[in-house]
Amino acid sequence: MSLNSFFSMGGYAVYVWSAYCISFIVLLLNVILAIRNEHKVLAKLKKRLQHNKNS
Amino acid sequence: MYKWIHRFGSPKYFYNISLRLSKWVTIICIISFVCGVYGGLVLAPADYQQGDSFRIIYLHVPAAWMSLFVYMIIALCGAVSLIWHIKITDIIARASAPIGASFTFLALATGAIWGKPMWGTYWVWDARLTSELILLFLYLGYMALQSAFENKRIAARAGAILALIGVINIPIIHYSVEWWSTLHQGPTITKLDKPSIHITMLIPLIFMVLAFKTFYIMTALIRARSEILEYEYNSSWAKKILGN
Repeated sequence: MSLNSFFSMGGYAVYVWSAYCISFIVLLLNVILAIRNEHKVLAKLKKRLQHNKNS
Repeated sequence: MYKWIHRFGSPKYFYNISLRLSKWVTIICIISFVCGVYGGLVLAPADYQQGDSFRIIYLHVPAAWMSLFVYMIIALCGAVSLIWHIKITDIIARASAPIGASFTFLALATGAIWGKPMWGTYWVWDARLTSELILLFLYLGYMALQSAFENKRIAARAGAILALIGVINIPIIHYSVEWWSTLHQGPTITKLDKPSIHITMLIPLIFMVLAFKTFYIMTALIRARSEILEYEYNSSWAKKILGN
């Protein structure tokens, strides 16, 4: 199979590749948002504990 | 058995287990994802009716299955939380909701993209598509409820009730292709006697299902861990993790 025919997907290139792109983006966003949320929570709690200690 | 549930339900224990589990789940997820995508896009032959457009199945079917699976997890956690007041099930349910909503969105989006060349339209108001859209609204409603209450306990209880009522939608989605005549094709894989899909097409699909399942576990555990810390930040083990 040539690379060209692989990318053209038998004439369905637009559909196949857009489906895979959307899925990849949504899944990646899920990971990024989850990790960012974790960092945010950790920072918030550290600050709160520090604050409680000082007061 | 009860002792085991109790131990597993303890936030500290769950936190430590999930840390160890995360690494392996992530490795399995990446490997099966690569295998599934390569097998689905390159190795599997084109379908004799649908040509290469059928390759969307490797995203559409796992996403749709997981959208139902995650919803059942949320409903189950809701039932356990309402009956036994276990904190960890609230946390798992809340951590699962955004991922389940993403899977539902993907099932709808990839289905629409697939529908255009096969059916000639992105969307029809038929039973399967409409009930899946309702599932998306249930997820969004659940997430809105979670952020609407200041008190997490009350939010979890309200969410549990919503999730349990919404369970009625799950058999409707599953059987919609049999109960009503719809544009959506009938099941090709879960026919137990003889699946009407060839083995070279089936193996990548199994990998993709595994990839989506482990992806769910992976991201849900990340979210669950931060939720646990938020509940437990004043306990001594959590303080150690937070470096205090």
